[in-house]
Amino acid sequence: MFEYESGHPVLRGLNVELEPGQVVGLMGENGAGKTTLVKQINGLLKPTTGAVYVDGVDTRETSTAQLAKKVGFVFQNADHQLFADSLHAEVAFALRNLDFSKEEIDDRVARYLELFELTRYKDQSPFLLSGGERKRLALASVLCVEPKILILDEPTQAQDALQKEKLLKFMDSFRDPEHILVLVTHDVEFAIKAVDRLLVLSQGQLIADGSPHQILSNPRILDRARLLPPQLTQFAHKLAEQFPEFPLNVATVSEAVEAVNQLIRSQR
Amino acid sequence: MLDNISLSIPQGAFIGLVGPSGCGKTTLARCLNGLIPHFHPGELEGTVIVQGLNSQDHHAHELAQKVGLVFQNPENQLVAPTVERELAFGPENLGVPRDEIRQRVETLLHQHHLEELRDKAPYELSGGEQQRVAIAAVLALQPEILVLDEPTANLDPLSAFEILQLIAYLNQEMQLTVLLIEHRLELVLPHIQELVVLNKGQLVARGPPREVFHNPIVAEIGVAVPGMIQLLKQVDNPRIRSTTPLSVEDAVNTILKEVRS
Repeated sequence: MFEYESGHPVLRGLNVELEPGQVVGLMGENGAGKTTLVKQINGLLKPTTGAVYVDGVDTRETSTAQLAKKVGFVFQNADHQLFADSLHAEVAFALRNLDFSKEEIDDRVARYLELFELTRYKDQSPFLLSGGERKRLALASVLCVEPKILILDEPTQAQDALQKEKLLKFMDSFRDPEHILVLVTHDVEFAIKAVDRLLVLSQGQLIADGSPHQILSNPRILDRARLLPPQLTQFAHKLAEQFPEFPLNVATVSEAVEAVNQLIRSQR
Repeated sequence: MLDNISLSIPQGAFIGLVGPSGCGKTTLARCLNGLIPHFHPGELEGTVIVQGLNSQDHHAHELAQKVGLVFQNPENQLVAPTVERELAFGPENLGVPRDEIRQRVETLLHQHHLEELRDKAPYELSGGEQQRVAIAAVLALQPEILVLDEPTANLDPLSAFEILQLIAYLNQEMQLTVLLIEHRLELVLPHIQELVVLNKGQLVARGPPREVFHNPIVAEIGVAVPGMIQLLKQVDNPRIRSTTPLSVEDAVNTILKEVRS
């Protein structure tokens, strides 16, 4: 359980274990407790009752600074996180604090600015960037530490289609036996492509844990957590009302194209 | 940031403004209510005329009565201790007479279903409620033009859908001219008359959504082509391929018609 000093409990009766190798989505209505939950993982908040273990360590028995080496957290609002005079200094900041060598710092700063297509701005102030670019900078400045657990709070906000596509590729590259990635999002279209497992919170309680396909087409869960099914799911369900053989679990446009082609062929 | 843009928006139109991250959408929005050049300093060449007023010659408080601007994050916009005071804040600052303010506030509380939230502090509200209050507060100045800069970015999907329905209603029933910057365009596409596409500060395409999404440049520069349009464009059937569905129902009906013919 967790409650803020001022109020009633935000999270109640949660029991979740995250395994390395998974990209885990976390969804739920505004105020459901998503951000409160992920702040438990990096120790910014600690449970009022119950316990949170990260890599076997109880978060109440370690410091947020120690956890920062293992858990990277990219805030929803990049402006809460950016503060340095230049993009280079912003990305180098955490690395300096963790005592990396100057060589290693320069190398990583260059690599991560490049990865997020920000190299050309490297000497500018972060505050001259657009909203979407600031978000990418926040990502670069957390990823450069190469944490084992990465938490992204609404990373697709203000990102265009090409940037989302790149983010998806990057997230795929994080899906390995060493890493856990937690994606907090309202973006159902992105979540269904990006995550292996979906957790849904509503009013501080876990109301679903399972495959994104099953959950995002379950009207009861969608309704409680103020979610809407992805358009491809809506599309599949509408066609399946007429043609029961039409597959319901289409996640990508190309899967849907294949299913439609098959439907057309079968009706000839 | 913006270069060589010539754009006139007819009264009563519902325009979607799209383009890749950093292309100048927010900059253009800020030009329309005079935040540029009066609040954000910089170099402005050319003219912006809003209902006959040149934005360089008229202060932001004058333009605010013509153009209401709603930001992405309602927290950046809400300032008063209660919802009721929030709605009164704009007209109070313009010296609108007391009775008139009271009347405007009551009308807006009623129209926007905010009566029960009247005495609540904006920070006690959910994100969707905050954004409804922000929109109502902007409307308290009775602008004829509403500019919204990603108003649903922080909202859960259902709240986003409801806000976009409200915007469509304000355009259709209240005759407001709307310029909407929005990444979840698929939720309002059927209501939008024209899309304006920016890339690197320049206007690269403009027209009804069906025409604009037909233009390959839109996908090339990174604008999200709605899934339904992408889908039908790749189906092995030339008649289906030639359609541009603006909604899920549109796409399903196109396929049903073809399969049953």
